[in-house]
Amino acid sequence: MIDFTEEQIERYSRHIILPEVGGEGQSKLLEAKVFMIGAGGLGSPIALYLAAAGVGTIGIADADVVDMSNLQRQIIHDNERVGVMKVESAKQSIEKLNPDVVVKTYPYRIDADNVREIIREYDLVIDGCDNFPTRFLVNDACYMEKKTLISGAMFRFDGQVTTFKPHEDKEGPCYRCLYPEPPPNGLVPSCSEAGILGALAGAVGTIQSVEAVKEILGIGQSLSGKLMTFDALRMEWKKLRLRKDPACALCSDQRTIFDLVTYEQACELPFGK
Amino acid sequence: MTIQVRIPTPLRRLTDGADEVSIEAENVGALIDNLEAAHAGMKDRLCDDKGDIRRFVNVYVNDEDVRFLKGKSTILKEGDEVSIVPAIAGGAL
Ligand SMILES: [Zn+2]
Repeated sequence: MIDFTEEQIERYSRHIILPEVGGEGQSKLLEAKVFMIGAGGLGSPIALYLAAAGVGTIGIADADVVDMSNLQRQIIHDNERVGVMKVESAKQSIEKLNPDVVVKTYPYRIDADNVREIIREYDLVIDGCDNFPTRFLVNDACYMEKKTLISGAMFRFDGQVTTFKPHEDKEGPCYRCLYPEPPPNGLVPSCSEAGILGALAGAVGTIQSVEAVKEILGIGQSLSGKLMTFDALRMEWKKLRLRKDPACALCSDQRTIFDLVTYEQACELPFGK
Repeated sequence: MTIQVRIPTPLRRLTDGADEVSIEAENVGALIDNLEAAHAGMKDRLCDDKGDIRRFVNVYVNDEDVRFLKGKSTILKEGDEVSIVPAIAGGAL
């Protein structure tokens, strides 16, 4: 267990007094290394809560710069940082919040050439990206590198969160068990032009943070095998069963995918038009 | 019998904004056909040219994916709730 400084004991006191966390759990958090894809709507609350919780190392990948239209929901950035790389802005906010956290920035797109090497350094991966090709790439890479993946997505008023860890949970599905391959162009929403209720990102991203902290602490029930859905208009959360596909091309006995696949971005007519 | 069907936001254009519709059906296949009859365009969103449920749309009866029940032949009973859960990708946006 880490020797806490007095400041750390005070900072993390509300964690440390929880029997499920304690000094031991707080040490685990400080020693944890989490990699996040996206420093946007979901990445903002995720990074802030993980930083506040004292997750010791946070890696963040995002190739974009802060745009004025992001500020309606991407609360890790601010007015003065419009035009700044998102990863740089996120790093500044995290360091202001908690100097215990080491932030590593990856100001470029995650692709088939870099993803496995990057995630190898981390204990846990959190996906908050905005497109299907990256979701499949990250899923496959996490399976190959045996990393737990906490996945969150949102669209307009809907959110979805789940955890994939087929390497640990024999019954646990991967993203391809849920969706075998990306939808063809034009059939589902994936465009960044789509509207989104700002605070929805907070609801979904915060659930991902809770899941990440629990995963690091090893407490409670995991979302592996369950899809949590949130309908903000109905104000309703649901938990649906996700099963391992016995014919999954990645994580089943009938595996056919052994190398990372690069898909083209599908971004045309949204699903609901 | 009457089944409550939960409509995800991307498909609410087809239901005049309704987040839930009541459909008469004995099984999932009939439910999709009757959904189409009441809200044109729905079947095309949910099924491919062969009439199979698209792989990036999951249809649930209560909390179970119909792929792990009997697919379109899955029998529905009074009080069942059907949810349509399309793949969504947004996050950084
Ligand atoms: Zn799988």
